[in-house]
This record gives sequence, structure tokens and C-alpha cells, in this order.
Amino acid sequence: MPTWVQLVYLLCAVGFILALKGLSGPKTARAGNLIGAAAATVACILPFLYVDNLRHLPLILGAIVLGTIGGVFGAQRVQMTQMPQMVALFNGVGGGAAALVAALELHELLAIVEGLPPGVDASIPGFDLAATAFTLFVGSVSFSGSLVTFAKLQELMTSRPVVFPGLPVAFALLIVAALVLSVMTVLEPSMLIAVVLLLVGLAFGLLLVLPVGGADVPIVISLLNAFTGLTVAAGGYVLSNTVLLVGGTLVGASGTFLTLLMAKAMGRSVTNIMFGALKGGSTLGGGEVSDRPVKSAGAEDVGILLAYADRVIIVPGYGLAVAQAQHTLRELVDVLLARGVRVDYAIHPVAGRMPGHMNVLLAEAQVPYEQLVEMDDINSEFKHTDVVLVVGANDVVNPAAKTTKTAPIYGMPILAADEARQVVFLKRSMRPGFAGIENELLFEPTTTLLFGDAKDSLGKVLKTVESL
Amino acid sequence: MSEGVVWLTIFILSVFVGVEVISKVSSTLHTPLMSGANAIHGVILLGAILVTGSTDDGLAVGVGLVAIVLATINMVGGFVVTDRMLQMFSRKKPAKPAKAGPATGGSTGGAR
Repeated sequence: MPTWVQLVYLLCAVGFILALKGLSGPKTARAGNLIGAAAATVACILPFLYVDNLRHLPLILGAIVLGTIGGVFGAQRVQMTQMPQMVALFNGVGGGAAALVAALELHELLAIVEGLPPGVDASIPGFDLAATAFTLFVGSVSFSGSLVTFAKLQELMTSRPVVFPGLPVAFALLIVAALVLSVMTVLEPSMLIAVVLLLVGLAFGLLLVLPVGGADVPIVISLLNAFTGLTVAAGGYVLSNTVLLVGGTLVGASGTFLTLLMAKAMGRSVTNIMFGALKGGSTLGGGEVSDRPVKSAGAEDVGILLAYADRVIIVPGYGLAVAQAQHTLRELVDVLLARGVRVDYAIHPVAGRMPGHMNVLLAEAQVPYEQLVEMDDINSEFKHTDVVLVVGANDVVNPAAKTTKTAPIYGMPILAADEARQVVFLKRSMRPGFAGIENELLFEPTTTLLFGDAKDSLGKVLKTVESL
Repeated sequence: MSEGVVWLTIFILSVFVGVEVISKVSSTLHTPLMSGANAIHGVILLGAILVTGSTDDGLAVGVGLVAIVLATINMVGGFVVTDRMLQMFSRKKPAKPAKAGPATGGSTGGAR
């Protein structure tokens, strides 16, 4: 590899560092992302410039065009509510690509050894083989695991934990098989073993994610994202390529860190999230509809309640985005503000389907930044609040997180909506939220429910407030 | 210094850089950050191009092309989707007055 190429690769690696650094703050995020995209593009053009006699050029270019069309098409079409599953899907195909590249690397190493004249020392460095085995296994885990998370979030399958008897045993057997096959890859490398290792990885990925339920799935996506990063780093080691090594390691490290941050925001440990269901259904919610009495009201009552309040806090949730009610909500807030009511949005760090997801959804509805208040800053205000309007959220205000040790969300910090004078829930039905558990707050005497589609209900509330 | 140690050095330093650059990020940006990091590992495309371009085995070329398609989807899709999200965070105030967006209300990708 010529020196200038190595220097350009170094620049690309720096580009990735700047990209992640930029993404950590809202002002620099977009520029950072663009720098990352530019660095990745340059890095991928380089082989065409310096590799002598790169074969199958038309096919390679055709595949790149095909992938670009697929990527752009998917990225442009996806709705903001579906963002978590899109990230899962992109991560899965990345992991799959890494595993395939590792298989091809091994194929190439074996071919080189075979081509050597007899008598010449024909051993492949053990560390290269270990890195290849690692990528084969972890890459395929990431692929199949991500596809399951995609299916869960897209509701192609139940989002509840899938557990079957014998799962822990199958799990243990697959781990042992993966270890044995990896050692065999290092000692006696062959394509057959590589393919079996790949299949074991696929099965392991399935069993890893199936028992994870509902609200925990995004954490798993983040973890698998970190896994894929590490496989890319391992690929960089085998191919002696600094961009892959640095880029992959950055994603691996930052992804692991991000996973821990998210788990902390939910008050859970990563091991509990991953293996909780195996130990006895701790991510398992009841998912049953209660027939206990609740107090419900019409849109007019809610409108009057809001219009004559001094202080209102809105707790937006995923249900708001699904009903496409963000714009109506923003209009309602504008009218209330014009009447002199003090209104804020209380944003729980894991509102939506993924940490930070609600911020994306509200940004799309052009809700001004200044009105969004994070949980730690607003929690002390609830007790001075007249009305809390919960729109399509449930788990993030569920007091069970504080009181019920057996609840799947136990330990998760929540918004203290229960301390307000009045709580109004806009709900479609009494069906429990994403975590699948009932919310005691719904049955409190201070709580009123307004049943119906959030957009519809908010429209009616808006009309009432406007007419007052 | 042996080559292995050089690689190990780069690896360890990258771990620290990775943790350091995102350690102060607020939860507001967790979704775009995850998506952006996701796009970065799509650079495995580079490896896929290198291995596909250096083999003549028919099956290996086929597998390599699949890897190229998958890696490109990961990389291109990841950056585009991250940009779409961030665009909404960095909108300019005067460009869009109070009555923003199409009045359909279904702006969640609905226009496409």
C-alpha cells in the first residue's frame, strides 16, 4: 500500500472521529454526519485508485449502485416512528456483510497457503484466524439478532418475550459449539468449519433476541450495533486497514458506552435486559386489559380543564406519533400559551421506541426546543401543576416503576405525573403500554381518561379551547 | 515495535477516543447518534470491495457481491437517514413561519 494511500486512510479515520464528536451536540450534529459520510465515501473510492488489477470492476460497481439505491430508498421512505427498526435493519445487513467478508478473507488465506510450494512454512498467523472466527460468529449473531429486533418492532411478530423450555440449554450448547469451532478455525482452518460457525452464529443471534421483550429491544439494537463495530475492527486487523480498525473500534466502544447509558436511563442492567426473561420472566408483562372502573370524560371537559389552568405539562408518547397528532398538539399548545397558560413538554429519556426518539418525533412536528424539558429538570414541577396531559404515553408515567418490585420497568426513573393535581390521559383503549403492564395511575381519583384516537381527541379539545 | 503491537495500540487508543467523544451526549441525540455510528461501520464496504476484487473463484465473487450490496445499504442508508433526522433539529426559525409544513398533518414521511 503506497504511503499516500495510508495517509488518506488516516484522514478518513480522523473524519470518523470528528463525525462522532459532532453527533454528540445538536449544533454540530449535521455537519458531523456529513463529515462521516464524506470520509466513508473517500475510503471506499481509494481501493479503485491504488489496487493494481482490481478484478470484476463492472460487477463491483453494479453492486454498489444497487446497494446505494436500496439504502437511499429505504432511508427516504422510512417514517420517523419506524426509525428504531430501520437502524436495526441497517445494522443487521452491516453485520451480515462483515461475516461474509470474514469468510472470504479466510478463503483467500487458505488459497495463499495452498499455492505455496511444498516445504515453505505455510502457517497463517493465529491471531488473524482468531479475528476471522470472531467476525464470522459475531457478525452473524448481529445479522440474525437484528432481523429479530426488526420483526419485533415492525410488529411482524409479537413484541413480547419469546421463551420456550430448554432455551437456556440450547443457549449454552451454542456457546460451547461456537468456542469449539473458533478454536478449530485457529488450529485447523477450513471453509467447512467456517460455514458451520456462521450457522451457529445465526442460531445464537435468534436465541439471544427472542427472549427480550418490548421496551428493552432498543437497548439490544444498540448492543448489536456495537458488536458489528467490533467485527469491522477485526476485519481491519486481518486486512491491515486502519480505517476499518479505527472506524469499527469507535463504533464498538461508543456503542457499548451508549448501551450502558441507555440501560442506566431505564434503571436496568444490561445483563438483566438480555437474560432477564431466561431467569424467570422479568421482562414479561401481563399484557391484559383490566375491567376496573376508571373515570372518563368528554373532549369539552378536558378543554375547559386546560383552558382555565395556570400550569400545564404535556407528556408525549409513542401513541401521539402513531396517531400523527403532533401538529394538532402543537396548535393546542399555541392556543393555550396565547391564553396565558404556562405549558411545557416533559420528555422522558426513553419516550418513544428508542432513547431520544421522542425528540426526533417532536422536532419533526416543529415543536420549539425551548418548550421541551428533560425529565430531571421538570420532575420537581409536577406538584405545582394543575393538569398533566398524557398523550399516547403510559410506561414513562407508571408509578409501578417506583412501587412494584416485580414490574418489568421497576427501577426506571419516571415522570412524576402522579404528583399533579389532575391527570388527563388521552388513550385509544385500556390496553397496556409497550412494557405490557397496567398503570395504577389510570385508576387514581385525580385521573380522567379521554378515549379515542389522539389526533381526533386533540382536535376536539382544541375546538373547545378556541371557543372559550 | 512489532506490527501486532502497533495494531493493538491503535485499537486501544480508538476505544478511548470512542468513549470520550460520546461521553457527554444528551439523551436528546441518542437516536441520531446510534444511527450515525451504525452508518460508520458500513465502511466494511471497503473490505468487501478489496476481497471481491482479489478473487477469481466464482462462488467467492458471488458472496463478495452480496457483501458489497449489504454493506452499501448499511453505509448509504445510515448516513441518509441520520441526515434526515438531524435536518429537523437544525431547522432555521425564519425559513418556516408558524404555519409550518404541509397542512395535511401527516408529515411523518407522508409527503413521500
